[in-house]
Amino acid sequence: MKYLAKKIITLIMTLFLVSVAAFVAFQIIPGDVVTSILGTEATPEREEQLREELGLNDPPVKRYVSWVGDVLKGDLGVSYRYSKNMNEMMPVTELIGDKLPVTLWLAAIAVILIIVAAIPLGVFWAKSKSHAMDAFMGVFTQAAMAIPSFFLGIIVTYLFGIVFKVFAPGGYVSYQDNFPGFLGYLFFPALSVAIPKIAMTARFLRNSMLTEMKADYVRTAYSKGCSDRRVMYGHVLRNAMMPVITFLGMIIAEIVAGSIVVEQVFGLPGIGRLLISSISTRDFPVVEILILYITFVVIFVYFLVDILYRVIDPRISNR
Amino acid sequence: MMRKVKLPKIQKWNKYFTAGLIMTVIALLLAVVGLFWTPYGTTDMSAAERFHAPSLMHPFGTDNFGRDILSRVMKGMGTTIFISTLVVAGSGGAGILIGALTGYFGGILDEAIMRVTDAINGFPSILLALVVISVMGGGRQNLIISLAIVFTPSFVRIVRSEFIRLRDADYIMRARLMGVGRARILFIHILPNIFSTFWVSVMIGFNNAILAESGMSYLGVGVKPPDASLGNMLSDAQGYLMTAPWYALAPGLAIVWVVLGFSLLSEGIRRNG
Repeated sequence: MKYLAKKIITLIMTLFLVSVAAFVAFQIIPGDVVTSILGTEATPEREEQLREELGLNDPPVKRYVSWVGDVLKGDLGVSYRYSKNMNEMMPVTELIGDKLPVTLWLAAIAVILIIVAAIPLGVFWAKSKSHAMDAFMGVFTQAAMAIPSFFLGIIVTYLFGIVFKVFAPGGYVSYQDNFPGFLGYLFFPALSVAIPKIAMTARFLRNSMLTEMKADYVRTAYSKGCSDRRVMYGHVLRNAMMPVITFLGMIIAEIVAGSIVVEQVFGLPGIGRLLISSISTRDFPVVEILILYITFVVIFVYFLVDILYRVIDPRISNR
Repeated sequence: MMRKVKLPKIQKWNKYFTAGLIMTVIALLLAVVGLFWTPYGTTDMSAAERFHAPSLMHPFGTDNFGRDILSRVMKGMGTTIFISTLVVAGSGGAGILIGALTGYFGGILDEAIMRVTDAINGFPSILLALVVISVMGGGRQNLIISLAIVFTPSFVRIVRSEFIRLRDADYIMRARLMGVGRARILFIHILPNIFSTFWVSVMIGFNNAILAESGMSYLGVGVKPPDASLGNMLSDAQGYLMTAPWYALAPGLAIVWVVLGFSLLSEGIRRNG
């Protein structure tokens, strides 16, 4: 448990550092927020009033503390760009709220696809005795890893959307209206995120299995009369999965990044598109929160993988 | 006598290496030729030639402005390779410097820098580049700087671990006893010996840089039109997928070609050790 406590402290420390970095980074940006909201024609009184409203007159440390305090209380601040109406500003919470599930589901489906496809593929590859099969898989996975996810998304859109008409490109269904339809629409974007990672994971699993097959315990298992199947699935695969789990944990960050780009390809209203539009319109409160949020997700997943790893393999010392 | 610094020697040409070399040479050739000459002007528009399918006149077809896609792919490939090269040079150089110092000397600075690189490494690279861009503003120059920053930690890591491995080697001890200066030990005694490892990571880094550059340009925060870049061509082409699917195919396949060629090449080198 001491280990767990240490990990949690590291997690909090990292989040703290990222929040400071995000805050400082957006302080040193040239350009005045107030002029960018009100335009250059605003009266000095109005500018001063808005400055006070946004808390821009306080010293930086005080602003940082109050920002973090608000975030912890669930108040994520207001957007500089979007507004509800003439007089009311748009809270970031509302802006992000209905976009979060889109990205999270996209990443989740991608992870499921990776696990479901990569494990059988890797096992099949490791078991394949024929040289031609081995070479084919080698070339196939190399090619799959070389395709950027956004180009894959365009190919998928063209093949399944325009040629085979399996789904309607741009026909996004909101999860609030029709949840199964929403998941159905997400399948193809998730596939685009997943394919390169499936290739990587299958490759990784295969190499890991080939290494394990040379181990002494495999010979022992055979000599005590275990069937091929039992040795493969009961012994080799279980041991070979260990590094694969770490690997999957490591590529989570890339899956999230891939989802952000792929959202743009398929016109999904997720946080990736919000992030990119906020960056181009310099809507910093939104960008800050999104950075914090994505960092949190990524770090938290690393944390979970670490714990999972220890649960599966108790031999790992809890130092 | 000091051994000369050499790129990893290829004892036997394997299939990976040959295929990778051919693909890379073709890509480089197209890109270099594209700097001086393209079949058509990259910004010559022609209303009569909009959306021509691939033909002998236009091997890759024409786009929504009637521009020749082959010419633009050649130019775009040049842009992408140029930017990626600068990114790898910048981040590799910074990686060697920081990695050598932290790996050789260790201490608190090493500890602090490792924490920071760990944090950056765990972060989605394209996201980090987006953040840096949003602070500095878009455009080609800032794209190069931001990607270089993003890729530095991975080089630091590799160089550092190699320096740690070698800093207590016998020949370094001997050099130290003979009174060789620190800078000389770092860069003349140790550095040449890590190149075989470093070289592989440079190639992987180069591929990642190409993917990141085209991704950023695709998202519209990198190279801006009318400058051709493979990424921004793809994002243009996406709107015309129904009428002109070849428009998207050419720049997309160009990216795949470069990346695949390079990864086959590095796989070939790795297998030959």
